[in-house]
Amino acid sequence: MNRARGPGVIVVASAVTLVLFYLMAVAAPVVAPYDFAEQNRAFPNCPPSSLHVNPPQRWGEAIFYTHPLVLADPLTRRFDEQRDVRVPIHMLYRWHLFTTSPDTPKVFVLGTDNLGRDLFSRIVYGSRVSLSIGVVGVAISFTIGTLVGSFAGYVGGWVDNIIMRIVEIEMSLPSFYFLLALAAVIPANLSSATTFFLIVVLMSFISWAGFARIIRGMVASLREYEYVVAARGLGASRWRILTRHIIPGTFSYTIIAATLSIPSFILGESALSLLGLGIQEPSASWGNLLAEAQNVQNLVKYPWILTPGVFIFLTVMAFNFLGDYLRDRLDPRAAAR
Amino acid sequence: MAGYLLRRVLHMIPLLLGITFLAFLIIDLAPGDYFSTLKMNPSISPEVIHQMEVQFGYGDPLLLRYAKWLWRALHLDLGVSVAYRVRVIDLIAARAGNTVILALASMLVTWTLAIPIGILVALRPNSISDRVLSFLAFFGMSLPSFFLAFLMMFAALRTGWFPIGGTFSVSYDSLTLSGKIADRLYHLWLPMIVLGIGGMASLMRLMRANILEIKEADFVRTARAKGLSEGVVVVKHILRNALNPFVTLAGYELGNLLGGAALVEAVMNLQGLGTLMLDAVRSLDVYLVMGSVLMGSILLLVGNLLADVTLTLVDPRIDFTRLEAGR
Repeated sequence: MNRARGPGVIVVASAVTLVLFYLMAVAAPVVAPYDFAEQNRAFPNCPPSSLHVNPPQRWGEAIFYTHPLVLADPLTRRFDEQRDVRVPIHMLYRWHLFTTSPDTPKVFVLGTDNLGRDLFSRIVYGSRVSLSIGVVGVAISFTIGTLVGSFAGYVGGWVDNIIMRIVEIEMSLPSFYFLLALAAVIPANLSSATTFFLIVVLMSFISWAGFARIIRGMVASLREYEYVVAARGLGASRWRILTRHIIPGTFSYTIIAATLSIPSFILGESALSLLGLGIQEPSASWGNLLAEAQNVQNLVKYPWILTPGVFIFLTVMAFNFLGDYLRDRLDPRAAAR
Repeated sequence: MAGYLLRRVLHMIPLLLGITFLAFLIIDLAPGDYFSTLKMNPSISPEVIHQMEVQFGYGDPLLLRYAKWLWRALHLDLGVSVAYRVRVIDLIAARAGNTVILALASMLVTWTLAIPIGILVALRPNSISDRVLSFLAFFGMSLPSFFLAFLMMFAALRTGWFPIGGTFSVSYDSLTLSGKIADRLYHLWLPMIVLGIGGMASLMRLMRANILEIKEADFVRTARAKGLSEGVVVVKHILRNALNPFVTLAGYELGNLLGGAALVEAVMNLQGLGTLMLDAVRSLDVYLVMGSVLMGSILLLVGNLLADVTLTLVDPRIDFTRLEAGR
């Protein structure tokens, strides 16, 4: 029933969202109007600027304009809009998708944080961490899982037994507690690239076991298939049988599981960074951008600091829809649903 | 049955040994330790610190320290928290209850909502209500728990209907017993909903898939052919069989919820095992970390054990020996 149906609107929308997000991550310096670390101390916790469209005769200058915001009360961080001044927003200007001229006030599409850094620019740069962590993490943990699982399943015997006991220990770990303990081991003075790398490795280290166990089961059954027996009879080497005949048989499952596992990596990094154990300031990730929201007073006074969460949510949802669609298409057992 | 239970419990011992040793190894890798931060504090004399170092076996080789910890843990002595200056076992006893209550409460939310919705949706597959609810399920599944927690706290502060985080009020100690219970429940609302919604989607989808599968089974057709009323067929034949795997899920979910609860606890500032662990990790409080990890692992393993045992109780087709061979 599901097999005949093409990808629905939601699946296409998910795919488009993901493509756009990843393009945004790759082209971050172009998409972001300002640098992610640029502080505008005169604009702490500035609300999002209002966007207005110029009348068509002024489109030669700029299509959009905004009114500058001025800090009216530094104590309550109240900003007033100067209605009589128009700041043009230039498109495709100075290697930015959109930005303002250096001699005019800035435009903060999604507001600023407490140091006056443009939240939108930080989200765009932060997408580099948050979006790549899922892909890299899944690549590492699934490689380990496939190698260990297929080795155990193919060789069998006491080797299999030992590996499966290790897998069992791994799976009985209270994983979030271990992630916390492991993240605390990371020294705070490392560069953000090293921290990123360590976090991916830690999360992969915690999550490969469940996948290895499933692959092991699949391989143990695949190796009894007639075509594998035939290959063995023809004198193919173990390595060749494993890599050419057995492991490819697990790929459709791997693709589905990988798509559905990416969100857990994204969420894991966000959670760690949110708690201050992950990516450190001034580098941005969608998780550590939300750290400011942990103070409830900030949350109510500056609700726009929640927007990184919307990006996390959209990404996770897109991966879930896509994974579900792939499962319907690639997994014959699920087609019955 | 008794033999099976005993073997399962014995099986937990090597697992716990492996887990605790791994935790010990990790915390040992951490740069610096609690004593180096203590030494920077001028109000504590070096003698006191030295005395504590001896007391905590500081400076011994790793394996010896682990063996010492293990020996004392076997006597239910998990050491003293360096930061809180309280016995670890007391701290954990005070906190673990809160986490378990939160996990159970959120499971209640998940189950009472997800199962009826899953049933309703499965009885009319591909109808508009099915599509809308299935979409909403994805929506709920994709909403990160910490983000939902932020949104809820935002709503709580705006409306004033709920307390903003915390496990109990400031005046908790002066309340009567019924007042204490009411105060706890009042504070449990928000985190319970936050955690409950996260688990709802997958449960609802599973229920739907289960019922759709069983609806086509031969025995259901037989039941209809016998002339049983539709209500009896649905409740006695379809639902009973569809609910079977969920009994198992409850146990596994309990284990998963502990991890999820830790994050929500941290964000909503609740007094639980998760926040205790977070504090311990931040201050490199070795014995507290070890105690929390041990407690978390035990809860997880017991949850899994309960899951397997209840499975054998509700489904007579499964026998213990096969279950063991499969593991």
